[in-house]
Amino acid sequence: MQMLILLPILLPLAGMLINAAFGARLGHRTVGAIATTAVAAAFALSVYFFAQVAGAPDHAVSGNFGPWINVAELEVPYGFRIDALSATMMLIITGIGGLIHLYSIGYMKGDPRTQRFFVYLNLFVASMLTLVMADNFLLLFVGWELVGLCSYLLIGFWFSNIKNAEAGRKAFVVNRIGDVAFVLGVLLIFATFGALGFKEVFEKAEHLKPESAGVLTVITLLLFGGATGKSAQLPLYVWLPDAMAGPTPVSALIHAATMVTAGIYMLIRSHVLLEHAPVAMQVIALVGAVTAFMAGFVALTQWDIKKVLAYSTVSQLGFMVAGVGLGALVGAQFHLLTHAFFKALLFLAAGSVIHGMEHLTLTTGRHDSDPQDMRNMGGLRAKMPITTATFIIGGLALAGIPPLAGFWSKDEILAAAARTSPAVLVLLGVTAAFTAFYVGRQIYLVFFGAPRSEAASHAAETAPTMTVPLIVLAALAVLGGLLNLPAGFPAEGWLGHWLESVIGKEPHAPLDLALAGFFVVLAVAAIAFAVSLYRRFVKATQADPLERLGALHGLSFNKWHLDGLYRAVLIKPFYAGASFLARIFDQGGIDGLVNGVGALTRELSVTLRELQTGFVRSYGLITLLGAVAVVAYFLFTLFNGIRP
Amino acid sequence: MNELLLVLPPLIFALGGVVLLMVDLAIPRERKSLTAGMAAVVSAAAALCAILQWGLAGSGFQGMISVDGVALALDALVGVIGVMTIGLSLRYNALRGILRGEFFVLMLFSLSGMALIGHAANLLTIFLAIELLSIPLYVLSGIARPRLDSEESAMKYFLLGAFASGFLVFGMALVYGATGQLSLTGIARTLITSTSVPLLVVGAALMLVGLGFKVAAAPFHMWTPDVYQGAPTTVTAFMSTATKAAGFVALLRVFGVALGDLANVWQPAFAALSALTMMIGNLGALTQINLKRMLAYSSIAHAGYLLMGLAAGGVSGVRGVVFYLPAYAAASLAAFAAMTAAHNGEEDQSISAYAGLSRTRPGWALVMAVAMLSLLGIPPTAGFVGKYMLFQSAIDVGLVPLAVIGVLTSVVSGYYYLRVIVTMYFEAPPEGVAVTKGNRLSLHWVTGAIAAAASIVLGILPAPLINAVTAGVTSIR
Amino acid sequence: MLETNYFVVLAGLLFAIGAVTALTRRNAIMMFMAIELMLNAANLALVAFARQWQQLDGQLFVFFVMTVAASEVAVGLALIVSIFKSRSSTDVDDLHSMKG
Repeated sequence: MQMLILLPILLPLAGMLINAAFGARLGHRTVGAIATTAVAAAFALSVYFFAQVAGAPDHAVSGNFGPWINVAELEVPYGFRIDALSATMMLIITGIGGLIHLYSIGYMKGDPRTQRFFVYLNLFVASMLTLVMADNFLLLFVGWELVGLCSYLLIGFWFSNIKNAEAGRKAFVVNRIGDVAFVLGVLLIFATFGALGFKEVFEKAEHLKPESAGVLTVITLLLFGGATGKSAQLPLYVWLPDAMAGPTPVSALIHAATMVTAGIYMLIRSHVLLEHAPVAMQVIALVGAVTAFMAGFVALTQWDIKKVLAYSTVSQLGFMVAGVGLGALVGAQFHLLTHAFFKALLFLAAGSVIHGMEHLTLTTGRHDSDPQDMRNMGGLRAKMPITTATFIIGGLALAGIPPLAGFWSKDEILAAAARTSPAVLVLLGVTAAFTAFYVGRQIYLVFFGAPRSEAASHAAETAPTMTVPLIVLAALAVLGGLLNLPAGFPAEGWLGHWLESVIGKEPHAPLDLALAGFFVVLAVAAIAFAVSLYRRFVKATQADPLERLGALHGLSFNKWHLDGLYRAVLIKPFYAGASFLARIFDQGGIDGLVNGVGALTRELSVTLRELQTGFVRSYGLITLLGAVAVVAYFLFTLFNGIRP
Repeated sequence: MNELLLVLPPLIFALGGVVLLMVDLAIPRERKSLTAGMAAVVSAAAALCAILQWGLAGSGFQGMISVDGVALALDALVGVIGVMTIGLSLRYNALRGILRGEFFVLMLFSLSGMALIGHAANLLTIFLAIELLSIPLYVLSGIARPRLDSEESAMKYFLLGAFASGFLVFGMALVYGATGQLSLTGIARTLITSTSVPLLVVGAALMLVGLGFKVAAAPFHMWTPDVYQGAPTTVTAFMSTATKAAGFVALLRVFGVALGDLANVWQPAFAALSALTMMIGNLGALTQINLKRMLAYSSIAHAGYLLMGLAAGGVSGVRGVVFYLPAYAAASLAAFAAMTAAHNGEEDQSISAYAGLSRTRPGWALVMAVAMLSLLGIPPTAGFVGKYMLFQSAIDVGLVPLAVIGVLTSVVSGYYYLRVIVTMYFEAPPEGVAVTKGNRLSLHWVTGAIAAAASIVLGILPAPLINAVTAGVTSIR
Repeated sequence: MLETNYFVVLAGLLFAIGAVTALTRRNAIMMFMAIELMLNAANLALVAFARQWQQLDGQLFVFFVMTVAASEVAVGLALIVSIFKSRSSTDVDDLHSMKG
């Protein structure tokens, strides 16, 4: 049992090692099959552990592998613990991960670096499992950094394109900023509680004296700072939209379904700390809501099919963060689940669309239009029926149309906002309308109307390895809502009950028909409005109907000018200051110092080596002199009164 | 008969050597790999015996011999090093025409000396064990004669080694004079009441010289770079790992057990030697262009890190030393394995000869990279855990400056270790080098891969070994 | 009976002479003989101390030192002969191809 708990991590790791060692000789299909099998096996194990957790008396399975770090007071074991929350995350990671692996076999076909792709992908799954199975903050951080590394490697996977490499670097730098906050938070936890294990920390936090509540606020805000990096919240969300430069399965797996939810997971995991820091909760709720609003607004006017989804992801992550801040932990986790289903589906379907759009280029070698630009699409409904159907299901789920999954989870967060914070409710409500609008706009532009380019008119449906995962995910996007139905329905609040052992009992409300009805009507109206606007969009060169909004359109299309703002406010002054300092110090000072130390060290090295003359007698002489010195030293200490 | 159990592992080495010496006469010249195989079996048997005896403690032969956890750990370690060195020797020695029976026989004799050090409970036994270890090594260094570098290496090692033995035995004589005792526990008992303390400390100082020479501690390290460079690489690998381990156990026996109460005199000296050794080793390696010589200096530097643990003393310091010895051995063997594998025929020792190894021999490049990272002490390698334990033990007893020097010199070492990796991975291979796709499953490759894997495994899951080592250290008698 | 100290001082002198001679002679055989002198200085000290403590341990040690010295001679002479064969010289200063 002890060792078995490691198996879900070891399987993808084994897949990775096999592919890394022998992949070059196995051929791409075998590599893909090995990677997929490894993740599928991990999924089977996750199911097994899910059942184990359900049956265990304390609703957890744990394994301890001896001390990992053992400094004076700091004792961090190699400890893993699967509880209800971890088990749920494991199912998402390995389940959706497995589907995306399968999809990748088709998607990466013909790419010469397929082997490396699957190696990274398996490593990612292993790291992400480490993150959610860790039983202490330090091991969680290890997983946290490893998934960041995989993300960086995969964003820049096609690094020959400079833009991709830059996107990878941006993700890396921005995430490090968040990580600094996270590390500080972990250090402060250790300073405050003298432990890093979840169990110890949370137990001690419960009994913390009221006067040290301020520390908890700081800790919570620092942890949240880490989450703003990984889960793409203001002000650090700028990396995620660029991250879509990576291959589409990566966007689906890492940048929509799993890794970006690590911040949410970490916050839910630390809910004990959050509950004792009401100020921090309010900050979190507000940051989440503002992020959701701002990103939703940007998504309205984007042309790139993946950019829309990227901003939509940031926006939906904002929903989850707001849910955490509002104290609706079950709602946040529920939305995390359903979002994983329908956003992975949307990304994979988008990838399928892009593949379809590239069909012409692949068959004839002609390359005339950007396959990701929605202006070049249109009318794909007839060419790619499965992709169309699944994409629409995913889109409607995202828009919050009942009875699809997104409706139920989004409603839970909106209901929580209605109970506690009108400001958040307004922000999230407007965002919900935006969401429905850009979903309608996207679906109509891509699948309906007449083709607006040659590529679109020659598009073709993709292979079954790609469409089968789409169908499975679409089914999940339809049925996902069953996981946590409101009170009054059969099997109500299953997820809430399931998570009770981790986050305690949360009040479970019946469906607020007025509220839900209002938002459904709003969403339908927004979709209808989008369709009516874009019916008249028939030529790829036409201007966006939304441009009539003038400055507002500019604000949305240019992403609030945030990139420019960051450049002007942060990066430029930083460079200016740096070059100023460089002129003053570097050339004479720091540079001189660094070079000086380096040169001095080298000089010492060379001098030292001159003593090594090669003559055995000089070696003997130095040995003798050393002996004399040691004897003299021993006698010296003796005559200085030091006696045994 | 019962007493023989106390020296069973060294006895297996020694008897194996004697028997093999005669058996080898019947083995034709071109089938010497048979001798190698038998030597490997003997070595493995000794290691296995030590592991099976784990937990045994006691003394015998009128107090000349004792056995405890550290002794058995050393037996097992040198036994494993012996097997792995033989694993590397088959290919390398055959290529250089030194696949001779006496090579393996001499190795077994040397191993018996190393193992005996752990069991020694008397200055006489320690002296004998050290000589039994050294004399075969003098010959092994020169076994590639008439190659000039091998002969030069052997001659330098022999002259300086004998010179250092003089210091050792004279120091032992003085300690005997001061205490009237030769057994380690006897010395410890009479230490307090000794009437001639000056004689005692001079004797201790001279023994430190003699043993410091064996572990290549500065300023008694001068022989190391030349001898390591000139000796056949498999012998170098053997010397830098097994000899160092045995030497440190000898230091531990003499200073930790016999002269433990004199610690306030010798511990500052150990700290000073440790600092000097770390600086000289790392500085010397910094500007080397010869890989083998760089590894020799690196071996000196690691003696410095190990001395830090002895200077710190206590269970935590000694535990750090006993953990670091196998950690260092694994990394060092991996490095030498990769080095001997990278070239067919004549070996090119310059670092530039390894340019582009990641493309020509990706497997070996990886082994070498792991070795370099472990020597540098980057997590998650064994080197990191070991260095961490050593530095921590120094800080615990207030030797903060020493730990700082350790960290700073480790930073310096980053330059030369990473340069090897950069050369292998980011420079174009020299022209005309064939690209090997994957590695043929050879004994050599298995040996190198095991060493590299051990460096990683001990870094990720150090707990079992640390626990065993702690148990062994607390059983020192 | 002579005091042990005399012997110890003599042994120390012999040891020092041996050590210095070992470093000033260029001939490998002379160097080696000087090292033998160092070992014999230790032997003298051991015997003297054995007498002082009225024990046999020290004398026993001497026999082992002599045995070890003999085996060192065997190996050392073999090495010197081997080097003489390839270089026609026993001058240790000729051996300095490896340095730095």
